[in-house]
Amino acid sequence: MPNILAFAESRGGDIRRVAFEAITAARALASGGEVHAVLCGPPGIAAKAAELAKYGASVVHVAEHAAFANYAPESIAAAVAQLVSASSIRAAVFAASAQGKDLAPRVAAKLRVPIATDVIRAQWEGETLVADKPGYTGKVIATLALTATPALISVRPGAFVAAESPAAGRAETLALPLDPANARVKVTQTIAGDNAKLDLGEARVIVAGGRGLKEAKNFELLETLAAAFGNAAVGATRAVTDDGWRPHSDQIGQTGRLVSPDLYIAVGISGAIQHLAGMRTSRTIVAINRDKEAPIFKVADYGIVGDSLEVVPALTSAVREARKGA
Amino acid sequence: MKIAVCIKRVPEMDVRFKIAASGNAVDEAGLKFDMSDFDGYAAEVAIQIKEKLGVGEVVVIALGPDTVQETLRKALSMGADRAVQLKADAVPADPWSIAEALAVELRAGSFDLILFGRMSLDAANHSVPNMVAELLDVPCVVAASQLDTSGGTVKARRELEGAAETVECSLPAVVSIDEGIARPRYPSLKGIMAAKKKPLEPKPAQLGAVRMTRRAAALPPDRAAGRIVGEGAAAVPTLVELLRTEAKVL
Repeated sequence: MPNILAFAESRGGDIRRVAFEAITAARALASGGEVHAVLCGPPGIAAKAAELAKYGASVVHVAEHAAFANYAPESIAAAVAQLVSASSIRAAVFAASAQGKDLAPRVAAKLRVPIATDVIRAQWEGETLVADKPGYTGKVIATLALTATPALISVRPGAFVAAESPAAGRAETLALPLDPANARVKVTQTIAGDNAKLDLGEARVIVAGGRGLKEAKNFELLETLAAAFGNAAVGATRAVTDDGWRPHSDQIGQTGRLVSPDLYIAVGISGAIQHLAGMRTSRTIVAINRDKEAPIFKVADYGIVGDSLEVVPALTSAVREARKGA
Repeated sequence: MKIAVCIKRVPEMDVRFKIAASGNAVDEAGLKFDMSDFDGYAAEVAIQIKEKLGVGEVVVIALGPDTVQETLRKALSMGADRAVQLKADAVPADPWSIAEALAVELRAGSFDLILFGRMSLDAANHSVPNMVAELLDVPCVVAASQLDTSGGTVKARRELEGAAETVECSLPAVVSIDEGIARPRYPSLKGIMAAKKKPLEPKPAQLGAVRMTRRAAALPPDRAAGRIVGEGAAAVPTLVELLRTEAKVL
């Protein structure tokens, strides 16, 4: 029964949803062994260790430091690497988030152990960790065999659904072999985005618009629909962000964000392969498009053929009504 | 400033890939190849830094068989000064193996700044830059969406989910480059002509140990064909009912 480490990502003292996904993925690999979570944050974060226990962390290794108000790559990588090498950890799981994509390969390099990134499935075959990950802009799935342990993986946000499974969550102090004050790389500031705006990677529902919306102003209809869901974010196609209708950061697709929400509503999006590469792993896809031949209908679970400007307001009212009872 | 840019040759992605008979790779027959997107941004950043300073050298490095020479020539035609091919029959699946080979060359070159694309579009490991930095024992910033090296240090910005962070470190450093930082230029005819005379040195790659292999490659399952629920606003009640009872997302 192997012990598995899960890195519990936080930002500004708050644990992020991907931390619970990493613990859930670690639990599956532990198959009865213990999940050890690592939690680094500013003073006060230790009080949140219980949140990790709820998802199955038997032990939570906590390091509090004022410098951890920002991400501290070198200090955290050194601490995680030391913990892994000093304990009987068979594998470590990170989120393939902006932070995890930075951190996990650093830890792998320090430990000289193999790493598979952006993993969507993972399992043991004896001592070999076998992991599936998308490549070629999501068009090919590679099955990687990590032939040495400890093995590291980062898991694609949304690919492992966080599930509660309460464990003891015994708190231990995580040693910091490198004081963040002595690190060479310093994060000087974390710039909060628009707080009212839910991030595309965090949102369970995404409403995305394309050129079919005709003009930038009509994205207001999507904002209203997203608000009706309550937990939705608004995304866009590259055509739309290139035209400046929406910020570059909202672009979903091959060269933009890769998302897998529970529900993806594509409005006025024809479904270019570059766009599909960024959203085809969504659990349920709805397409609203005037052209019934549009390729988006080939990947959509449910489609409505019609004018977005007419369908979206009707859908907004219906969602509002449906959620009243929820 | 002496700048290295590590680039990769990858297939153009706007196609439907086929799996090779080996079952663990993409069938490359008939595919067109080019510099991986993010590496193009990195090359552009390097060339712009040199142009701004008026002095320095930009060296492009690629690992792989002789076909990568075409990709290196492209970088030379954009404005890089010289190229190094780390000759290997294939690019290993383990990023560590790649990082070790690159580190040998980069260590010998004593570069002030080592640039990469944020990730390659084919393997998408986004691991080699961090590993090279660890091997060279220099600071590393990955996925920089802005980069300023004018003060003799690295000042960068990284995009996070719904936020951003500013990062600083000293030189020499490894920095990987995100999209949007600087649109890669198209090589001019003059640049293409000049590139033919620029040095391109092939040397054997000293690949590191491989502890991760690609056992299989597969196309993702096609989504089951969906259905058109109806036309116009009249179809909305049916859609909402399906979202609630069948998809259970409402």
